[in-house]
Amino acid sequence: MTVHQVKAVMPVAAPDIVSMSGVRFAWPSRDSFRLAIDDFTLQEGERLLLIGSSGSGKSTFLSLLTGIVTPQAGSITILGTGIAGLSGSARDRFRGEHFGIIFQMFNLLPYGSVIDNVLLPLSFSAERRKRATARGNAGAEAERLLTSLGIEASLVRGASAASLSVGQQQRVAAARALIGAPQIIIADEPTSSLDRNRQQAFLDLLFTVVAEAGATLVMVSHDESLGHRFSRVAPLSSIARTEHGGGQP
Amino acid sequence: MIILRLARQSLANRWLTATLTILAIAVSVMLLLGVEKVRTGARQSFADTISGTDLIVGARSGALNLLLYSVFRIGNATNNITWKTYQEISKAPDIDWIVPISLGDSHHGFRVMGTTTDYFKRYHYRRTHALEFAEGAPFSDLFDAVIGADVAAQLGYKIGDKIIVAHGLGSTGFLEHDDKPFRVSGILAKTGTPVDRTVHVSLEAIEAFHVDWQSGARIPGQTVSADEVRKMKLEPTAITAALIGLKSKLAIFGLQRAINEYRAEPLSAILPGATLQELWGLVGTAETALAAVSAMVVVTALLGMVTMILTTLNERRREMAILRSVGARPATILGLLVAEAALLIVLGALSGITLLYGALFALQPYIDRVYGLFIAIEPLKSSELISLGGVVLAGILAGLLPALRAYRLSLADGMTVRT
Repeated sequence: MTVHQVKAVMPVAAPDIVSMSGVRFAWPSRDSFRLAIDDFTLQEGERLLLIGSSGSGKSTFLSLLTGIVTPQAGSITILGTGIAGLSGSARDRFRGEHFGIIFQMFNLLPYGSVIDNVLLPLSFSAERRKRATARGNAGAEAERLLTSLGIEASLVRGASAASLSVGQQQRVAAARALIGAPQIIIADEPTSSLDRNRQQAFLDLLFTVVAEAGATLVMVSHDESLGHRFSRVAPLSSIARTEHGGGQP
Repeated sequence: MIILRLARQSLANRWLTATLTILAIAVSVMLLLGVEKVRTGARQSFADTISGTDLIVGARSGALNLLLYSVFRIGNATNNITWKTYQEISKAPDIDWIVPISLGDSHHGFRVMGTTTDYFKRYHYRRTHALEFAEGAPFSDLFDAVIGADVAAQLGYKIGDKIIVAHGLGSTGFLEHDDKPFRVSGILAKTGTPVDRTVHVSLEAIEAFHVDWQSGARIPGQTVSADEVRKMKLEPTAITAALIGLKSKLAIFGLQRAINEYRAEPLSAILPGATLQELWGLVGTAETALAAVSAMVVVTALLGMVTMILTTLNERRREMAILRSVGARPATILGLLVAEAALLIVLGALSGITLLYGALFALQPYIDRVYGLFIAIEPLKSSELISLGGVVLAGILAGLLPALRAYRLSLADGMTVRT
């Protein structure tokens, strides 16, 4: 299987929820690294796997996508909003509102309870809070998500996040990303800390809850073998060109 | 709110360092306020060394000098007041009472003061406290002595002990009035004033052991035995100073002027309260040094807090990246860290106040008894509240330092979770 090939064709009618064009970015503090994205679009409901390893500009790409940083040139439009034109705090609010993010590992605040970790995004987004409470209270919604991700009820309120296994922590992180139904789920190598069997189990659960929520999924991984589960697989290098002298974490 | 609960849990997760930080701040705050309390107590105790006396009269000299030798037993009188003048002054109609004192001899380094039994009634300290006898009674015999609490404690004297007074002020004057020993008739209770370090005898006794002396030495071949002395008429020829109480405070300045302008003899009259204030102005510079030291301790505690927060910052970069990923603004992260510093400093300040008052309640009677320093237990004064507010403010400003660093880190890290 080559990673260039598009695995499935999305319905033509699906609107772009992300579009980037002519993006040029350089980190102000890191002299030699530059990233250019000429044209990138993401359609609603897509499940995109970006293949990229460390140094491929993965972090920079995700930082641009989620509005942590803004490009020096070009436009990034997400859900109809040009986020490069927003103020820093507006971008932070926008990210909290529309993105659910799962990191590679150590996703949780270790001293907090499982439920507090899941409910955390609702403190920063009124919209997600409203959606999470649409069917009752937010706690019940968090418990529903955690149950469907296979977290035992006994862990939800009692245990601190640090006492969970790595696999459980990743599933709690998925529940946090999904609570309040943000439109875009970003998963940055969410399975790299799991063994093969648990990788599959995690992805099964993730795909199920993402589908239920009707969200769009962008996952970054260096593992091409996961590609068959996604609607589109693309190497990051085909989207973002990088120039660098030094390394980029 | 979840974010605040998580911040509290984050701090609780670091409870040991947090507790130690709070403790360091508490101790420094206790010291800062404690020094202030001791300072106020010392100033008050000093100002209360002598109370109820409206004027002190002595030979013409500076006010401080007169106060030092008549009340603190430091230094010497430049001259004496003749007995005749003393009697003239005591006839002034405004005078309620007058007590003569006569200094010049010593006993093992403690001053011997000749006076009348009125002294024990009239000398007041700490506003309304009169002298009290721990044991015994005022002198009734010519060779009776009443000793202060420190004299009794340091020399181990009991009622009935015989003591020998030395001429002059050296601690072991070899010119001793050894032919006329005194008997300890009373021991005064501790006052925290120079009274504690004084041996009191009657004015007549001072005369008595000087009858066979002239110009500071025994007259050769002329010895008068103690029994012979008893039969003599002992009227003092001179005294060192006199304490005066007036019927009306309104008369103070009039009498002071009259004494200062006394024709027959050059005299000075001082208001002890005002002169004590003046003297405190001289010795009070030490209090500034104390206050400076305790301020430095507070600075040290605040540095400790900043260090504690800074060292945990690296391990908390992950925490910040998570918060940013769910939509927290860098300003929120700044706010959380400043709030953490503020919480530590407020808890530290409150614990410091608790420690201070605990220590005051526990130690106040002891300090009063042993050091004669009475520290009033009162609510914090507005000046103390202001300095507390200053500490809290300084703590919050110091907390800005790690917070700004966290702010910059969270901007630079973005969403990347670094280990």
